[in-house]
Amino acid sequence: MTEELDAGIVARQIAESGELGEPARNRHEVGAARRRKEDARLVTGRTRWTDNIQLPGMLYVAFLRSPMAHARVTRVDASPALHRPGVVAAFTGRDLAGEQGSLPCAWPVTEDIVVPAHPPMAVDEVRYAGEAVACVVATDRYRAYDALESIEIDYEPLPAVVDMNAALEDDAPRVHEEGNRAYVWKFGTGDIDAAFRDAPVVVERTFVQQRLIPTAMEPRAVVAQTDGDSFTLHSSTQVPHILRIMLATVTGIPEHKLRVIAPDVGGGFGSKLQVTAEEVLLLLLARRLGKPVKWTESRSEGNLTVHHGRDQIQRLSLAAEADGRLRGLRVDLLADMGAYLMLITPGIPILGAFMFNGIYKMDAYDFTCTGVFTTKMPTDAYRGAGRPEATFAIERLMDELAAELGLDPIEVRRRNWITRDEFPYTTVANMTYDSGDYEAATRKALALFGYDKLRAEQSERRDRRDPVQLGIGVSTYTEMCGLAPSRVLGSLSYGAGGWEYAAVRMLPTGKVEAVTGVSPHGQGHETAWSQIVADALGVPFEDVAVVHGDTAIAHKGMDTYGSRSLAVGGVALVRACDKVREKARHVAAHMLEASAEDIEFSEGTFRVRGTEAGTTIQEIALAVFGAHDLPDGVEASLDSDATFDPDDFSFPHGTHLCAVEVDTETGATSIRSYVAVDDIGKVINPLIVEGQVHGGIAQGIAQALFEEAVYDSEGNLLTTTMADYLLPSAADLPDFVTARTETPATGNPLGVKGVGEAGTIASTPAVVNAVVDALRPYGVRDVPMPCTPERVWRAIQGGAS
Amino acid sequence: MIPASFDYVRASSVDEAVEVLADAGEEAKVLSGGQSLLPLLRLRLAYPSVLVDVGRLPELRGVRDEGGHVHIGATTTHDEIIRSPVVRAGCPLVALATATVADPAVRHRGTFGGSMAHADPAGDLPAVAVALDMEFVLRSTTGERVVTATDFFTDYLETALEPGEILTAVRVPKLGEGWGYHYEKFHRTAQAWAIVGVAAAVRVTVSESGARHVAEARVGLTNMGPTPLRATAVESAAVDAELPPVPHATANGSPSTARLPSANGSGPHDTLREAASLADGDTSPTADLHATPDYRRHLARVLTHRALTHAAATV
Ligand SMILES: Cc1cc2nc3c(=O)[nH]c(=O)nc-3n(C[C@H](O)[C@H](O)[C@H](O)COP(=O)(O)OP(=O)(O)OC[C@H]3O[C@@H](n4cnc5c(N)ncnc54)[C@H](O)[C@@H]3O)c2cc1C
Repeated sequence: MTEELDAGIVARQIAESGELGEPARNRHEVGAARRRKEDARLVTGRTRWTDNIQLPGMLYVAFLRSPMAHARVTRVDASPALHRPGVVAAFTGRDLAGEQGSLPCAWPVTEDIVVPAHPPMAVDEVRYAGEAVACVVATDRYRAYDALESIEIDYEPLPAVVDMNAALEDDAPRVHEEGNRAYVWKFGTGDIDAAFRDAPVVVERTFVQQRLIPTAMEPRAVVAQTDGDSFTLHSSTQVPHILRIMLATVTGIPEHKLRVIAPDVGGGFGSKLQVTAEEVLLLLLARRLGKPVKWTESRSEGNLTVHHGRDQIQRLSLAAEADGRLRGLRVDLLADMGAYLMLITPGIPILGAFMFNGIYKMDAYDFTCTGVFTTKMPTDAYRGAGRPEATFAIERLMDELAAELGLDPIEVRRRNWITRDEFPYTTVANMTYDSGDYEAATRKALALFGYDKLRAEQSERRDRRDPVQLGIGVSTYTEMCGLAPSRVLGSLSYGAGGWEYAAVRMLPTGKVEAVTGVSPHGQGHETAWSQIVADALGVPFEDVAVVHGDTAIAHKGMDTYGSRSLAVGGVALVRACDKVREKARHVAAHMLEASAEDIEFSEGTFRVRGTEAGTTIQEIALAVFGAHDLPDGVEASLDSDATFDPDDFSFPHGTHLCAVEVDTETGATSIRSYVAVDDIGKVINPLIVEGQVHGGIAQGIAQALFEEAVYDSEGNLLTTTMADYLLPSAADLPDFVTARTETPATGNPLGVKGVGEAGTIASTPAVVNAVVDALRPYGVRDVPMPCTPERVWRAIQGGAS
Repeated sequence: MIPASFDYVRASSVDEAVEVLADAGEEAKVLSGGQSLLPLLRLRLAYPSVLVDVGRLPELRGVRDEGGHVHIGATTTHDEIIRSPVVRAGCPLVALATATVADPAVRHRGTFGGSMAHADPAGDLPAVAVALDMEFVLRSTTGERVVTATDFFTDYLETALEPGEILTAVRVPKLGEGWGYHYEKFHRTAQAWAIVGVAAAVRVTVSESGARHVAEARVGLTNMGPTPLRATAVESAAVDAELPPVPHATANGSPSTARLPSANGSGPHDTLREAASLADGDTSPTADLHATPDYRRHLARVLTHRALTHAAATV
């Protein structure tokens, strides 16, 4: 027993298992189902998570957090905590007011957007439950937490603002002096009035995207230290590069004196795409105390203070012809910002603005988004970020339209989608979809699912009035990923570009270090990047190490989010490899006494065209290191780097089908089968793709059926533990049937599109469509998410909702 | 979260445990598997000054067949219960309900006695205790006493245990031949607590013609009030109810994890359904994030019918 549990043994078993490193067929690494080389150390914990870092003299930080959603801080005194055992220092927001600055918002989507000051620790007013008001620094974590109790603080309660509609009323209590409307962002094309005028069919629905709490396996943790001159910050972040720039700006520590390290990071899903109060404050504490400081959140603390996701009210109307062809779509969104605008809070719903039309053709589109302040935890990126919300809306609407017209939901889609020969196609939202084949993906999905057979069973159950009804849900999604072309980001007022960086270092022994500017936190980049380098340079997969996440070593990058790492960062890597090869070719020509034009490269060897004479890239690396005999004008280095900025987004798509059984007596739902056919372009590693799809679907199902962050009317978060905030586990999910079609992206040399968010984006509407489909005979037209048993049961009792 | 500081005593015998408890008074807490107590400490919902760990005392651990009843030591883990041939033979309902508790990790640490002493109305085992009329053996420095299940569970998270007293064992009376059992748990995820649960034991008589009737029934309800409840109205109304013919190959004695009824699970056995419809009488379910009281009442009726039907079908 103990032997089985020993981490070292498990690591060795994984490393030695025959399946690891499935040999690449045809000597091509790209496309091989390599087991992930980073997993052995990650799953056994034999790695460096931020919380594992112990430094001499380290101190531990605990935060006192507001128990109230909205209140004026009338008095606060942290000094009593100083008398508690082990306490070294204690500060309130007021103590640090002069130096703590304001947490940044990098995406002011309109010119007149309200961006309120956001002190890392509240000074005069708290605006959400969980906001930090004071902190204690002690010799251990337990003493720090114990001492929080002795901080004296008085609050004068102010009214909570919880509901977005109420928040926008004239006499609503204000979250900020400037009012509760953060911004109004509009976008439209075509003649929307004409589209709706005399439209034979108009489907109007309001859907609510409930608030979600991103639940990364590794809680956030921060370690800050200084040598008196420069600073190092370890953080469980997915954006070390962005963080460095932002922290330098907020704290005034010059950028070149600040090193940010994201060691191994255990998941993020967008929640670690942030500049957090704790990161700023730990730097300030290290500066004040001259000692290393650490903070690791507890899960409950995390539920309160990790930025939340989704939370939109979507008012939608869709105009169509009698045969189901779409005319136009109106989208009126209320997006809950929470109490402050964090790094890209306002931009999240805007990322969805270009996706509400989905894969369909229509003449006109009108989009309005109102960002609303409430006294809740701020929202920000969460897996899919704006696109799941948009996809949900259009895919639910398509099913509603089908029901209204008495058509099969697949048929309605077929009548509207962009056909394979219409690509590249510029949509009503002004996006140019480069490639895709919706027919092929759908055909494959229908066959794998046994669509006709399930429909037959459904009607048989309906006829029999079976207490267990069957529903079938469809989602033919697309998404924009590979964030992002810098010019588009610029036109949307985003504060940075969307390029990516890579460097390749040829070591003297022929091994390779691939430096990447993306910041993996569970995705498997070390494996996929190694495969790319192995093919590009003809070196063994095992000979590549991938270096990332440390601004002193991988100094440049835009990090990992928005399914961008491969589609942008992978391409930068290919370009850097191209440069290494080109440099090596000149050295090879010199070594082989031929002209560079006559040198061919294949599988790691440079040969003189038409001869057997050749030299390997490893030999060249050693020769360059020695530098005894280099051609004139050639530097003693093969190392190269490259930056890639995509011309456009990439557009993965696919067809997901879900069959749900609904127990009409209790309202319980159970997913009977789930088929996902995704088209993500070229695949570097099918095993990694599979993992991303599985996890993504699970997360999307979780939104459909399980997860919801609930605040009461006073603004208290009720779902602070995992007993209340329900996450499904493998036991609650069906086996997923996954398959792919492959239409290469045309916008990048790898032909890849991105897969990180596809499953999440596709699955939520597939599941809810299935639940509603099961209940149509009961007059049910919608079930709010998550479709809990009670909600389903009430929908059946109440009919149309 | 992080617990406040406390002292920790690992008792080497029950006598030592009760002595430490007697000295420490109300400030002390017994620690068994820690699966309920540690979360309370971490959320700082409990501030004991000393924890007396009884979890490793051999005298409190294990299952014995004592003739008329099964003796279950307080610190026997859920996992041991599920695997115990004595439990499976003598009181299968206990094994069925225990198998629905949480997940394997929790079941390897959490204990039978801890579950009872914690007295969470959403816990699965207290309802079984009242349905089967278990007896609770309590020890303190002043001696031993035995209380019935209905007397043991006094209120929400409260029991007849006095400060200084520990639960040493539970006696589960054997019901004998002709009984079928089922625990019907309704929860949102496999690891979640019951929204409502129903523990049912049914004695079935089979007439010469092969007709099957309920001779006797016992029904315990999980999470329908501050304490586990016995649905006595259902029990009397169910007597003599006609049962459908045994469907072939049901759960073959293994705990049912199916969340949905079988496709034709609702035949016209009306007396049983009418009896089950009394299940929410005399209950006082609460509202929480997962369900309203109305919905819980509705579930109690539906699930009681299912539990009785499944239990009878195993005979
Ligand atoms: C994630 C999770 C999910 C769970 N899901 C379920 C579920 O679905 N169904 C369910 O029924 N339970 C569930 N539980 C609870 C689990 O069954 C626990 O094992 C049980 O509630 C307590 O047992 P324990 O041995 O861990 O007791 P402890 O946590 O050690 O103690 C619990 C309480 O009982 C007291 N106590 C313990 N032993 C004695 C004794 N011998 N004498 C006197 N007092 C004593 C303690 O002082 C404490 O107050 C879950 C727990 C977890 C962590």
